[in-house]
Amino acid sequence: MIAQAADAIRKGELRARELVESCLSRIAGLDGLLGCFLSLDGERALERAARIDEELARARQRGAGAAGPGGMRAGTREAAAEADGVLAGVPYACKDNICTRGLRTTCASRILEEYVPPYDATVVHRLARAGAILVGKTNMDEFAMGSSGENSAFFPTRNPRDTTRVPGGSSSGSAAAVAAGLVPFALGSDTGGSVRQPASFCGVVGMKPTYGRVSRYGLVAFASSLDQIGPLTLTVEDCALVMEVIAGHDPRDATSAQVSVPNYREALGRDVGGLRLGVPREYMGEGIEPGVREAVNAALRVFSDLGCVVEECSLPHTEYALAVYYLVAPAEASSNLARYDGVRYGLRVDAGDITAMYSRTRRQGFGPEVRRRIMLGTYALSAGYYDAYYLKAQRVRTLVKRDFEQAFSRYDLLLAPTSPTVAFRLGERTEDPLSMYMADVCTIPVNLAGIPAISIPCGESEGLPVGLQIMGPPFAEVTILQAAHAFEQATAGAPWRKREGERR
Amino acid sequence: MPISVREVEHVAWLARLELAGEEKQAMAEQLGRILDYMQKLREVSTEDIPPTFHALQGMTTPLREDRPEPGLHPGEALAGAPDRVGELFRVPRVGDADGDGA
Repeated sequence: MIAQAADAIRKGELRARELVESCLSRIAGLDGLLGCFLSLDGERALERAARIDEELARARQRGAGAAGPGGMRAGTREAAAEADGVLAGVPYACKDNICTRGLRTTCASRILEEYVPPYDATVVHRLARAGAILVGKTNMDEFAMGSSGENSAFFPTRNPRDTTRVPGGSSSGSAAAVAAGLVPFALGSDTGGSVRQPASFCGVVGMKPTYGRVSRYGLVAFASSLDQIGPLTLTVEDCALVMEVIAGHDPRDATSAQVSVPNYREALGRDVGGLRLGVPREYMGEGIEPGVREAVNAALRVFSDLGCVVEECSLPHTEYALAVYYLVAPAEASSNLARYDGVRYGLRVDAGDITAMYSRTRRQGFGPEVRRRIMLGTYALSAGYYDAYYLKAQRVRTLVKRDFEQAFSRYDLLLAPTSPTVAFRLGERTEDPLSMYMADVCTIPVNLAGIPAISIPCGESEGLPVGLQIMGPPFAEVTILQAAHAFEQATAGAPWRKREGERR
Repeated sequence: MPISVREVEHVAWLARLELAGEEKQAMAEQLGRILDYMQKLREVSTEDIPPTFHALQGMTTPLREDRPEPGLHPGEALAGAPDRVGELFRVPRVGDADGDGA
């Protein structure tokens, strides 16, 4: 759908300015109810759209490609390159923990409420270079800590499919904005499932790339060994297109992998017959709602019909992944969040001496879930507990990773539910941190192992979307997208797909 | 595994995070329940299992040429400072006014 929009803009059948205007007016009409956006950048978005329209019109007059002749002024050359990009004129939204030069980046936290970054994240830069137009920054759980979108310091986001329910988290605003048709695509970040789980709850596509595949430069760090930026889109093809633009090595991120990026879209039409798919039994047992299990089982039958070999397999250390995650992630977070001390940027609460200033600033600036995780992480790293908690967790993490390595020696991909339940009601789990943590039980192992995975809509339970998770070995995004696309095509006429289309 | 309010106070000090009086008790209970859940990890034998410190194996620390590149202008780098004097961040006095820390 993005490719078609970009194509129509390129041909002059649709003006980029009209598309941005229609997004902004849809946001004006619906976002009061949904709470997807924390900041809008309408004026700059309209200016950029107009500039791209002009460039394209000029290029069409010349009757050639949009790229201008040599010797133009630098600004014009840049505009010509944008107009020639694969996403020229396509609007998008970006999670508010991804830095945008000159536009507020709050992480949905009081401590960064007024923060305006002096630089763009690499992903934002790459999307701009490809002609995509940022319309605004989306709501999220504070510092990406949460699974429901209710931990924003400002206001919660609601699920467009049922506004009494949560959209999932922490990329709550991005998933809901795409599901409600406010923007054609959005960026999120995934530390323990924060792109895939809200994609599942809202009925959209969400991908967590291999660790190191997409640059984290300019992503506000939560748990650095787990965080990865990923796209939220309506279709698998859109996901492949956005991945092509944002993936690739970045010298500014020391953990960025020097691995070439394939043409993801090219692989989409390929036959999936003969693919070996494993279904880990640990993801289909107790704790998975019957309606979710049923929808996933139906999806497995679709893959069998497509000629894939579908077999049950085992990832025996799955049951420990949640405990590992909730030690490793808070430990890294407690260290990463030490930079918010009221000195260099963000909130400062004055006090007589510097230690009191730090402590008071952090108390007033961080919300309850962030404070809880800083405490948990500091505890796990403190003298006397480091070996028993943090180091132990990192050793068990190795076993979780080995489970995947063994499974991928036998299977091309693994299939599982994205979430054990459909979207739950707002307020239902806010009092009980552990029950909230359970919402990520199916997605967390993927982050611990650093492998790629996607969530795609695969049916309904209680009238709400169910997500199918497809996991692959490191850098096998192309196989994941190929399988996801084949499933999407095979179920194009399914009744739940029709209902989904009508809602939008 | 119960956590005492004293332990909570100590960890809060390490984290430079002020906690309100009533919050300390609640934090002690919540952390206790979460850490109880973590006891699960004791079931797993991890002798001879190396810890994972990087998600992908075989990745080494990348090196680059030591070459100056354009960075942020000091004005941009300081633009978000809550309190500054010229090109410096200003903070409350560190150390004792009578001592040599001033």
